[in-house]
Amino acid sequence: MLALVPGYVPIAFLALVCLTIGGVALFLSSVLGPKRRTKVKEMPYECGVDPIQQGARERYSIHFYLVAILFILFDLEAVFLFPWAVGFREMGGDARVVVLVVVLGFIAALGAGLFYEWKRRGLEWD
Amino acid sequence: MSDWVVQAIATAVKAGLVIGIAMNIVPLLIYLERKISAYMQGRIGPNRVNLVLGDVRYLLPPSMRDAVPASLSRFKLIPGSLQPLADAVKLAFKEEIVPASADKVLYYLGPLVAFVPVATALAFIPFGTGTWDLFGTGHVIDLRIASADVGVLGLFAISSLGVYGIAAGGWGSGSKFPLMGAVRASAQMISYEVPMGLALLAAIATVGSVDTQAFVYEQATTWGGMGWLVFKQPLAALIFLVAMFAENNRLPFDLPEAEPELVGGYHTEYSGLKFALFFLGEYMAMILMCSLFVTIFLGGWSLPFVVDPSGTSGLNALASGLVFLAKIMLVLNFQVWIRWTLPRFRYDQLMHLGWKVMVPLALANLVVTAIVLHLAA
Repeated sequence: MLALVPGYVPIAFLALVCLTIGGVALFLSSVLGPKRRTKVKEMPYECGVDPIQQGARERYSIHFYLVAILFILFDLEAVFLFPWAVGFREMGGDARVVVLVVVLGFIAALGAGLFYEWKRRGLEWD
Repeated sequence: MSDWVVQAIATAVKAGLVIGIAMNIVPLLIYLERKISAYMQGRIGPNRVNLVLGDVRYLLPPSMRDAVPASLSRFKLIPGSLQPLADAVKLAFKEEIVPASADKVLYYLGPLVAFVPVATALAFIPFGTGTWDLFGTGHVIDLRIASADVGVLGLFAISSLGVYGIAAGGWGSGSKFPLMGAVRASAQMISYEVPMGLALLAAIATVGSVDTQAFVYEQATTWGGMGWLVFKQPLAALIFLVAMFAENNRLPFDLPEAEPELVGGYHTEYSGLKFALFFLGEYMAMILMCSLFVTIFLGGWSLPFVVDPSGTSGLNALASGLVFLAKIMLVLNFQVWIRWTLPRFRYDQLMHLGWKVMVPLALANLVVTAIVLHLAA
């Protein structure tokens, strides 16, 4: 556990520093500057026209959800390849051949998934 | 003093140094960007706010004032150089306008989350050698804040959290344009993270480590100090570079804030320092991505004949830091150059490029890398 300290505690320290900078900026922006609130000023900005509907929890294209799902799939699959990438160079002879075949198979599966998505028009943006 | 105490103090100094330099590169970068943009378009750019304000003749005694020609009296040191500072002060004193329809918590959290993770991820960037012997005292200082083994992986894990800030800010504003901007920005950033990760995988396989300092050593010690991954992995470098522009929402991929369509994108409803925080986060992300590109593909702080990768002297450490700074400034200016060279994509073209060109290319590159590494070993 102690061995983790030099590597990881500084990250928390830096995060704290950045959080302080951000917090001070947020605080200053609410303290400095004039405060003359009017109803018109607090309307959502729509180029000067009165907002068509109050609030904007609108619907948007389903494609964005699809992109998010695709991202999760492909990024998760890519994560499985990281241990391979780190260890591959130092592997010895026979083991490396097996690992190479397995990894190529895995990448082929990834590619097949992409191809399927492509053919099902999941990547089209009309 | 025990090594533990020295390292703790060194960490605090390094954190201050990195955040201080990064925060000072931002105004410099804004100034350079505006100036370079202006020259590319045959304009002058910001030239009013100078280091010397007013007539310098009034610094002299009255009897000597007439001796100085009037043309020299308004001596300007780097015209417009203080413009970003003036802008920051202006923003600080602007009224804070919160839309009535805003979700207050998310609205305030947005700019904070857009800035903090991106700046925190700088902890993994090695900005100099890892072998500096602190003034010959035997305390070896690694010139990066966090000497974590996770390196690149941790950097990505933390910096990717910045997307939440943009999504929270856009959604929390309770307004249509920010929502559309935020949705576009998130979809774009996560889309390009896939090819970026795959390109990175090829680089990691080549080096055999995710440790950022190991990347630099590998590049500094092979091919006579020029074993940079941009030469060993040119396709991965290209994919990473393109994805970098998309991750930073820079032209030609700046659709989230395409002014003619979306007003200002996800920060339309923000004013004052909250807007400045978004802006800062964006530029920090640029610095972070450029630092990462330099570290992984351009040899990091190494340069043949200038920096000794295993040198312990203070001069060597300083040289490595300056080399690193010079390299990231070059890449940052490359981003500005590209901005005025390529027009903006359409959203379907952007998604097409990301999923149908970059992802297959990155996968193919990975396959070739695997086979070559197997044959070479």
